[in-house]
Amino acid sequence: MRYLPLTDSDRASMLRTIGAPDIDALFADVPAAARLDAPIAGLSHHMPEMLVERHLGALAAKNMTASGGPFFVGAGAYKHHVPATVDHVIQRGEFLTSYTPYQPEIAQGTLQYLYEFQTQVARLTGMEVANASMYDGSTAMTEAVFMARRVTRRKVARVSSGVHPHYINVLKTLTRFTDDEVATRTPDFTPDDDLAQLAAAVDGDTSCVVVQNPNVFGHVADLAPLASACHAAGALLIVVVTEVVSLGLVRSPGERGADIVVGEGQSIGNGLNFGGPYLGLFACREKHVRMMPGRLCGETVDADGRRGFVLTLSTREQHIRREKATSNICTNSGLCALAFTVHLGLLGEAGLRKLAAVNHARAVQLAERLAGIAGVEVVTRAFFNEFTLRLPVEARPVVRKLADRGVLGGVSLGRLYPGVRDLERGLVVAVTETATDADMDAFEDALDEVLA
Amino acid sequence: MTTWTGNRGLMLEEPLLFERGAPDRCGVDLPDVPPVASRLGGLERHRPIGLPGLSEPEIVRHFTRLSRQNYAIDMGIFPLGSCTMKHNPRLNEKMARLPGFADIHPLQPVQTVQGALKLIDELATWLKRLTNMPEVAMSPKAGAHGELCGMLAIRAAHDARGDARKVVLVPESAHGTNPATAAFCGYAVENIPADARGRVDLAAMRARLGPDVAAVMITNPNTCGLFEPDMIAIADAVHAAGAFVYCDGANFNAIVGRVRPGDLGIDAMHINLHKTFSTPHGGGGPGSGPVVFSAALAPFAPLPFVRRTGDTYELVEEAQALVSSDHDLSVGRMVAFHGQMGMFVRALSYMLSHGADGLRQVAEDAVLNANYILRSLEDVFTAPFAATGPCMHEALFSDDFLEGTGLTTLDLAKALIDEGFHPMTMYFPLVVHGAMLVEPTETESKASLDELIGALRSVAQRMLAEPAETFRSSPFLAPRRRLDETGAARRPVLTWREPALVEAAE
Repeated sequence: MRYLPLTDSDRASMLRTIGAPDIDALFADVPAAARLDAPIAGLSHHMPEMLVERHLGALAAKNMTASGGPFFVGAGAYKHHVPATVDHVIQRGEFLTSYTPYQPEIAQGTLQYLYEFQTQVARLTGMEVANASMYDGSTAMTEAVFMARRVTRRKVARVSSGVHPHYINVLKTLTRFTDDEVATRTPDFTPDDDLAQLAAAVDGDTSCVVVQNPNVFGHVADLAPLASACHAAGALLIVVVTEVVSLGLVRSPGERGADIVVGEGQSIGNGLNFGGPYLGLFACREKHVRMMPGRLCGETVDADGRRGFVLTLSTREQHIRREKATSNICTNSGLCALAFTVHLGLLGEAGLRKLAAVNHARAVQLAERLAGIAGVEVVTRAFFNEFTLRLPVEARPVVRKLADRGVLGGVSLGRLYPGVRDLERGLVVAVTETATDADMDAFEDALDEVLA
Repeated sequence: MTTWTGNRGLMLEEPLLFERGAPDRCGVDLPDVPPVASRLGGLERHRPIGLPGLSEPEIVRHFTRLSRQNYAIDMGIFPLGSCTMKHNPRLNEKMARLPGFADIHPLQPVQTVQGALKLIDELATWLKRLTNMPEVAMSPKAGAHGELCGMLAIRAAHDARGDARKVVLVPESAHGTNPATAAFCGYAVENIPADARGRVDLAAMRARLGPDVAAVMITNPNTCGLFEPDMIAIADAVHAAGAFVYCDGANFNAIVGRVRPGDLGIDAMHINLHKTFSTPHGGGGPGSGPVVFSAALAPFAPLPFVRRTGDTYELVEEAQALVSSDHDLSVGRMVAFHGQMGMFVRALSYMLSHGADGLRQVAEDAVLNANYILRSLEDVFTAPFAATGPCMHEALFSDDFLEGTGLTTLDLAKALIDEGFHPMTMYFPLVVHGAMLVEPTETESKASLDELIGALRSVAQRMLAEPAETFRSSPFLAPRRRLDETGAARRPVLTWREPALVEAAE
């Protein structure tokens, strides 16, 4: 077996050193009823690389890839071009095959990029501090709600109907047995958020208001009035960003009064990967730093006075606090954070702004073209790179028919909100820098044909 | 000796991205922006973000220099107990990057991702057969997330029968995530003591079981690296009391292919794909933590899940879409999409490479290597449970042998860094003094083990013989000396600021 260095003579000599007659003697503590004497049935035996590649290659070939044709799917995960350098860096063994930096003297590489990542995320979101990442955007949002409860000692989280429904479902699952109460509702099929209703509803029991911006329909809203309402009532404003490239063009949540900003960082540096691994972003105001969940990297000095970095404030974490920890989380998404930091380091301020501007312009172009198809209405008025169409018919079958024509044409609201009749004609369409004019032609033609 | 640059030969200092880059420099060539009228609703950014940009050669050099300040499995043995730092096969990386897996969107129509769903179903089948458990939830993103998923299902199962139990029993030696997870699910946590042999005290646990106990969380093999010989008796007693057995599967790598947890009576167990099945740790994630369930808990498994009908795979995403009753009590969704697909591909690639026969060998070699370390060090190091018999995949030592020297486990670990090794896990588990938990894994050769053993013996013997002061200051030869962690926590500096701004603030 190519991954196992021990030879039979090594094994024999090591057993002699140990003083055991055979390998079975080392498993003597296993109850006799549970000992297996042979390989488990119903599973294949070892295979050379070539055969593994053949098997997995055949499975991969059955899937329609995002780069294989016109592609306009978003709703929480976005296809962007990732420079080749990113994958090169994250495959360096010193990053790929290292562990959580518990021995900082020999993990400065990881610690320094985490510090760079935290700084990038804080600046991008307009906040003062950020953590070293979380599992994904949905779990980061849930952790933000728990943090708001700790900060305010209140328990009602008011969640905008414009937040991605999967995120809301995750929040509902994880608050089932906690003291938190989640107040939310199904969205209306209108261009407006429910921000005014939320601002009116904030009260002395409200720990936080959670809004997504751009929201799940693609709508970009002015958050300042809601932020004022939250702060007047002593509640925190949590802003969720699922398309982090938008922050290159849209005013940052921090500038608009957010107290906690969470997001999905997949768009920068990370591929679609059928949903994971992704990258949870978590940033907040400095005054709340000791209430934050997740790993934090901080600057310090070594015994010679040289700058160095360490994991810090770990007294919040489970391995120290056990049942009193701020969160049960142990890992972060370190390698995805590295990919983010490399890609954003390549882009820089100028590059990110331009990338965001291209995304927006391409989306505006497509929205204008699709609005010309009979019966199709662009519902979203203000948007970044994603907007929602109202089709003359139910959208879910339309998406399947578009796929039959080689076009991956968005996400139907019917899939995101099963059983909600008012939304079933909605189609969420995302456009990034990867969409060519030919892709847009193909989408327009295919949609026209399917609706005809 | 000091140098003008601060560099020492190949040991290179590297400033931060923010100190290297410039806001108008860019390492990506982007298309021109088509001229359109903005539809942002007047919400454009006005203020600068403050992000540095670097050209491609600068970025490659920056991160290559940083990478060289890290220790990694690719460089040598990484004997962190409980963390399972085994070799990460490069085939797995290659497979995960096939566009058919890496370049597909989680919300594409299921007709366009049949191969991806089939892969998830195949991996699920492997996990179920290796554990002899009827159900598996694939979506949890890490071990602790899987633990949470399993405990939520246990709580939901009790609630479904109107049984409001309040307490979860956790051994003292458990990972910190166990009590944190139980508390998150609304349970009070009580410790179960260990016996003198480092195992769960069966009599004490039996005495504590009662109608208020919802579950017992057990790690098996446990965090002392020992198999719980009473596991079946423990499970029987827990079930007789109407409670569930949660097993922390962090150490499944010790028994994979040789013991199936389902045969031991457990009800739920997470499997760290990044431990047992070699997906890379990546400097602290991403992980992946699928959870296997017994028949009793299967109806409470989370959404979404893959269902096979003939040759077609569907993704069941919503409870109301269920046609059968097999998941209608589901705890709901754990993550936005379907879990760590990139890790699923790597784990299946690893499983197919080893096969059922090779995985059995994996467990055997992991256990053999750990026992070799235990028996090669027990004459110098204190090995608290060595007299009770063989260990499993990791060998536990304490720093009792250093008593009187004024030195501790920390000093030994730092001295080991100068010898060119990543230290073992320190101060965990909490049940022995100054714990040192050494997990070699099966991917180390005998020569590699002998080198580590030689270094450990040498360091320990020198610590017993030489003045303590030398060891309190190690490491001397690493990219950094000991770092001031207390200062970092007292006055946290978590983001970089331009020096001029920092001065102005002070």
